[in-house]
Amino acid sequence: MADQKASTSIEAVQSGLAAQGYIASRQIATAVYLSQQIEKPILVEGPAGVGKTELAKAIAAWRGMKMIRLQCYEGLDEAKALYEWKYAKQLLYTQILKDKLGEVLGGAQTLDAALEQLHDFGDVFFSKEFVEPRPLLQALEQPGGCVLLIDEIDKSDAEFESLLLEILSDFQVTIPELGTVSAITPPTVILTSNSERDLGDALKRRCLHLHIGFPEQRLEERIVESRVPGISQALRRQMVGFIHEIRSLDLKKLPSVSETIDWARVLVLLQATELDTEMVKDTLNVLLKYEADIEAASPQVTTFIAKAARSNVFG
Amino acid sequence: MRENLHRFFRAARGVGVHVSPAESIDAMRAVAQVGISDRAVLRDTLLLTLAKSQDEKLALGDCFDLFFSQPEPRQDQTEADSDENASQDPDQSPSSGSAGEAGEGQPPEDQPPEGLGPLAQMLLSQDRNAIAAAIAGASGAASLSDIRYSTQRGIFSSRILDAMGLQRLRDDLDALTATNPALAERLRAALDALREAVRDTVSQGLALYAREEAENLRNEILRNAPLARIERRQVAEMRALIRQIARRLRERYSKPRKRQRRGHLDVRRTLRRNAAWGGIPFLTAWKRKHRDRPKIVALCDVSGSVAQVSDFFLLLIHSLHEVVDDVRSFAFSSHMIEVSEILEKKSPEEAMAEIMSKVGFGSSDYGSSLVDFEKEFMSTLTPRTTVIVLGDARSNNLDPRADILRRISERSKRLVWLNPEGRLAWGFGDSEMPRYATFCTVVRQCATAQQLERAVSDIVATYQ
Repeated sequence: MADQKASTSIEAVQSGLAAQGYIASRQIATAVYLSQQIEKPILVEGPAGVGKTELAKAIAAWRGMKMIRLQCYEGLDEAKALYEWKYAKQLLYTQILKDKLGEVLGGAQTLDAALEQLHDFGDVFFSKEFVEPRPLLQALEQPGGCVLLIDEIDKSDAEFESLLLEILSDFQVTIPELGTVSAITPPTVILTSNSERDLGDALKRRCLHLHIGFPEQRLEERIVESRVPGISQALRRQMVGFIHEIRSLDLKKLPSVSETIDWARVLVLLQATELDTEMVKDTLNVLLKYEADIEAASPQVTTFIAKAARSNVFG
Repeated sequence: MRENLHRFFRAARGVGVHVSPAESIDAMRAVAQVGISDRAVLRDTLLLTLAKSQDEKLALGDCFDLFFSQPEPRQDQTEADSDENASQDPDQSPSSGSAGEAGEGQPPEDQPPEGLGPLAQMLLSQDRNAIAAAIAGASGAASLSDIRYSTQRGIFSSRILDAMGLQRLRDDLDALTATNPALAERLRAALDALREAVRDTVSQGLALYAREEAENLRNEILRNAPLARIERRQVAEMRALIRQIARRLRERYSKPRKRQRRGHLDVRRTLRRNAAWGGIPFLTAWKRKHRDRPKIVALCDVSGSVAQVSDFFLLLIHSLHEVVDDVRSFAFSSHMIEVSEILEKKSPEEAMAEIMSKVGFGSSDYGSSLVDFEKEFMSTLTPRTTVIVLGDARSNNLDPRADILRRISERSKRLVWLNPEGRLAWGFGDSEMPRYATFCTVVRQCATAQQLERAVSDIVATYQ
């Protein structure tokens, strides 16, 4: 029974994401389904441009939830990620309320008494009013739940990872002055990483680990189909075949799905009906982002087009 | 199923995937959600929850395929016979189940006598699934997952066969040989097939469960093996091990050197920064902790006497270049050259080959090498530099020039000498170690990978 339900739910995830224009492989759909069921974040790794960030956007759109994005970079700390006290506001208020404070404390005869009275008001300045919620805290405070995207976690410092642990495992944060803030509805957390550095084991342990690589030819064709509807089937198959050939080269940066989509758009704009050597050479800069890569690939273009055309016949 | 999953976790640890108790609990929860009917989904689920990197995913995927493929009991029957059996099976199935139906598909005179053991019946009925299940059950009973070494294969095979009721089968065979030789012949063939199936199961078990132990053992031995006496075939493994050590060092020590101490207000900088607002602290500045930047100068002996070890020394220096920004390295046998650039620009293998071709394999002359260093590179030393000398201090009875080493030691923060020879050998023959040792802050024997790791770790740690 449960098994039946599971496999249909996984298909439901797949079709739900597809409705948002995100064609997910079964593995991705399983990960999304599981993260929902056992309330665990997903750590997505893979080369740039295979749709890691897109996945989070698609989930948010599919479930109709808000997406909160935290872009990581070197030097990111809790003041920018979690919460910050509004220092300026606190200072401003003390200035404005100076007179009022004077009145309140006026009755006190001794310094001790004044302090005693001040203690009663002291917490006013460290209350929720003066907390500036940053993405992580915002995500916990969404009443209807949300999708929290922590983008490029590998760019941040190792210390920042430790900060995330509490949120990832218990969906709560501890603010010393206020206590522990728990999530109203546990958010769906997606972390992405380009594997620039190895993440800590503690972080990995708390996540489902999903690796998105370059998609298979069929899947990539479907992705192009959903993203660039105007392209003819024959050209689509040919261009995806061509890109798969390019990926077999030893390049500095291999073209990924986002480049495929860009190129498809370019081809549609140029009103191409099939690939020809001249046009491919002219538009190669859409696919390859380094001069050395373009130089390495250009001599092979004709062979690749021929190969792609041949696989087209048999595929 | 839970039992099976636990065994799978052990197998996963065997292939090098770290499965902690918490992760196994997560995996269990996830499996409970998706169920076990769809093998592909189950595979995805386990890969998602247990594996932590792409490499681990590949390893775990292979492990999954191996784990859930049961070796089939072989059929040694002739083609026609098995076909006949297969075609007749469905017709016979309603009546099967009563004792004595084991020889279905056989002419009536072959009908076995009543009272055969369950194993014999199972074998004669050629019910593959039942046999596979029985083998799986018996291997559980024999705790096959405890298998560690290939030498245990025999004992585990016989344990499994015993658990399946081999004794009873033997009695049956003896009885049958007298009464029904043809059937006994079939049974014997089936028994041989069963033995083979069990052997396959045990081999699979060995592949699944014993790898962890074997790997650990091998690494442990390798770690403590003298670098100079590593055999050719182990060199590749040793390199992998050194690379692991280097990675560990890098992870431990390549953190940023400057860090904020939040919560400690830097009053002076705060006041200065907020002078524009009349000293009201709108912008706060926090205290910073400054750490010494490691500065390392490595001198590596690459002469013939330490040729084997210097390979690993160079590998380690290469990794030092990745951990520490400010490393200058020099290699020498009879004269000294700087090799920092080679090590930084090239892959370890290329760099080592180039260095060896430039200065390697000569006869060592510490004296003239030190002269070279003093003449050209003495200025690289500052009071914050740690100097590491890797070598056996065997100078072919030439002038050791210990006075230069004294000056090096005076100019630098520390002078560490790592010697691949044991303490006992120091001072014997042409070893100048005792004379050099007086000027060194630390002298360590450094003959195994483990000692090498400790030494380098200590050096880098002093800068943290």
